[in-house]
Amino acid sequence: MGKYILRRILYAIPIAFGVSVVCFALVYIAPGDPLQTVVPPDATAETIEVVKHAYGFDKPIPVQFVIWLGHVLTGDFGTSIATRRPVILEVSEALANTSLLALFAVPIAFFTGYTMGAVAGSFPGRWIDRLVTGAAVVGVSLPNYWLGIVLVIVFAVESLWLPATGMGPSGSAGFDILEWSNAKFLILPVVTLAMIPVGVIARTTRAAVAEMRNQDFVQTLRAKGLTEWAVARHVLKNAMPPVLAVMGLQFGYLLGGSILVETVFTWPGSGFLLSKAIINRDVPVLQGTILTLAMIFVAVNLIVDLLQSVIDPRIRRG
Amino acid sequence: MYRHKLSIIGAALAFGAGLPLADAARAGGTLTVGMTAGDLPITTGNPDQGFEGYRFVGYNLYDSLVLWDLSQGSKASDIKPGLATEWQVDEADHKRWIFKLRQGVKWHDGCDFTADDVVWNIRRSTDEKAPEFDPAQFAQSRIYLVNTAGASKIDGHTVAFETKVPDSLFPYEISYVMMISPCRAKELKYNWGEYALRPSGTGPYRFDRMVPHQRMELVPNTGYWDKARVPKQDRLVLVPMPEASTRTAALLSGQVNWIEAPSPDALERLKSAGMQVVTNIYPHNWTYQLNFVNGPFTDMRIRQAANYALNREDMKDMLNGLMLEGYATIPPSMPYFGHPKLYKYDPEKAKALLKEAGCLPCKVTFAISTSGSGQMQPLPMNELVKSQMDAAGFEVKLEPMDWNALLDVARAGVEKYPQYNAINISRQTQDPYNALIRHVWTAQWSPGGSNWGHYGNPEMDKLVKAILSEFDAEKRLALLTQLNERMNEEAVMIFVAHDLNPRALSPEVHGFVQAQSWFQDLTPVSVAP
Repeated sequence: MGKYILRRILYAIPIAFGVSVVCFALVYIAPGDPLQTVVPPDATAETIEVVKHAYGFDKPIPVQFVIWLGHVLTGDFGTSIATRRPVILEVSEALANTSLLALFAVPIAFFTGYTMGAVAGSFPGRWIDRLVTGAAVVGVSLPNYWLGIVLVIVFAVESLWLPATGMGPSGSAGFDILEWSNAKFLILPVVTLAMIPVGVIARTTRAAVAEMRNQDFVQTLRAKGLTEWAVARHVLKNAMPPVLAVMGLQFGYLLGGSILVETVFTWPGSGFLLSKAIINRDVPVLQGTILTLAMIFVAVNLIVDLLQSVIDPRIRRG
Repeated sequence: MYRHKLSIIGAALAFGAGLPLADAARAGGTLTVGMTAGDLPITTGNPDQGFEGYRFVGYNLYDSLVLWDLSQGSKASDIKPGLATEWQVDEADHKRWIFKLRQGVKWHDGCDFTADDVVWNIRRSTDEKAPEFDPAQFAQSRIYLVNTAGASKIDGHTVAFETKVPDSLFPYEISYVMMISPCRAKELKYNWGEYALRPSGTGPYRFDRMVPHQRMELVPNTGYWDKARVPKQDRLVLVPMPEASTRTAALLSGQVNWIEAPSPDALERLKSAGMQVVTNIYPHNWTYQLNFVNGPFTDMRIRQAANYALNREDMKDMLNGLMLEGYATIPPSMPYFGHPKLYKYDPEKAKALLKEAGCLPCKVTFAISTSGSGQMQPLPMNELVKSQMDAAGFEVKLEPMDWNALLDVARAGVEKYPQYNAINISRQTQDPYNALIRHVWTAQWSPGGSNWGHYGNPEMDKLVKAILSEFDAEKRLALLTQLNERMNEEAVMIFVAHDLNPRALSPEVHGFVQAQSWFQDLTPVSVAP
């Protein structure tokens, strides 16, 4: 098991390297200028050259990449061009804010999706299955930014029950989840975010449960005289691995922060930070955020794989 | 465990259902502004985030030597004394300006404002060898200091500025350069990242606190040198909200009491909720800068045809009235508008001109953005321009790109992007140089300046030189008027619209007068239920 974990961690190194190369290349292939935030729209070519030199952007791109990589290996992600704050600070604060959303959105989404899928898969072809499958299709198809805007209109604009945007009266610095005046800012973004994975998880669970119910061992269990509840318990456990894999991916997405949901709610999380870094071509922040998110994905997938191997030891042997 | 979490959320929802939004953040006189900016403007002097950064952070934390008079909205704003009380060109040397500084002014950190501070500020943005040199500030202020050769102290409260060529418009240019405290910068050992969190200026507001990317809070500078402009509200909170729908929702739900640029389709809803929708003409244009190197627009008849093809009334209807028909580079309220030739909608005349020029159908390609500062509603507006021009004999191809990419096209100029016959980029036209000169002067050819399409005309250059050398304000006004009229005669752009600078205020906001300017004075504003 120790060797397996070590091997998986070593896999993360080429992934991280590949992600940073692709990200670096994409930033430079895209039109626009990495100094967009520090130069005004009317800046002349001469101004841009002076500033490029001052920020080290006049060096060849491969040299810039090697310098950046060297710093990252020593734990220095650089400084944001736009805010002049350390990238590590920018990314960690944003991740903490996104994690707060994920902390609530993940259990809501997983519990709801799994329950819906399990119920539907247990009664294939029945009205409850059709109802749940229909709801799941709607859930998958619904653009979450649209849902966010609708929720804002209903609960913030028309009824004034909940705040429309932001992270509390003092922003994230003074956010106290135990204070209702702060906690209420979580509700709409959490609900919107939670809706993203519900449909996918419900559909996956339904398929896995329905398939498992047709397996021979289920007939054997029934023949042995087990109650339907006991059979269902076995079915659900055996249907778990594919569901867990999907949950892992969705967990990664939620931790990565949804750019659209965080933009609609002006939630200062990693998705919002990423979108700003893209628009501003703030290369150090972009690189730092993407690399961190990629590592989170790798870590989550590793945890999911380990969990799967605990549930189904055949996977580990494979 | 899941159920436990759910029950927390459920309880929270139920609790929320019974409670209207309590307005702790709006207690007393707090003015909370939802800005269109994608982030908080930088606080180290000249801000980023376009002129919105100057409006809310630049001119609030800081002063420039020359300020803008924003006290009325009935005529175009002009400059007035700021940290300098008077200025004049040196009669013996027209490349030297003398500025008398205001006495008794203190920085927010308690230090005295002196001539040395002005010299230090200029060095900070121009002299790469000076310890205080800040490349970000160099970038932000270069366009205004490009003609500045240096500054020197004459006495404790008098400064001389040297310019590279005689420049009668220098006071306008220096009005955009913010003065920051050398005391604070030295105390922080020129760590500009730290300075951003502890800025010190002389402006009507002091910095109180900031949560990066989320909010900045300013409080009145009760010792401000202009007693009439000590802020009337207790606190000014600035919140970046780039999405128009988010700003509208935030205003309607009471989270903010002021939003910038509500979208035209939200106006009715805002008005029905009792919000004040404020508009005024201001020096902004929404035009197409043209390619004078190759393609159809090198022919004046085709440029005129494009202007005749546009039904600007239709455009205004589409924007729910939130624009003024654009018939020139500057709006008619500017003092040097004069009596230019106006290209009123006449598609037949447009077609006849195209026929005469031998370009029917006349194929042109426009580079446009999907969004961007001052770009209004670029996609529907460009689509309407295309349909109107196509109906008059053009064949317009629109090439949309993101704002950053369009800025790259605009900066690099026509030589790098000859495939475009025009670029749709809105400009500020607040002062004569930015309004007129930069678009037609050969010294401003891209990539060295804003004359994107390389318009060139020796007569126009002569006129520009005469303007820059004319230090008598009235005579200069006559020359500027002449320049505007010539620019229209030659149809140097396709003129479309001037924005009306819309903003929506909750009914509890009082005392705001919208100036005809990109900048606004928030100091008279109070917030009372």
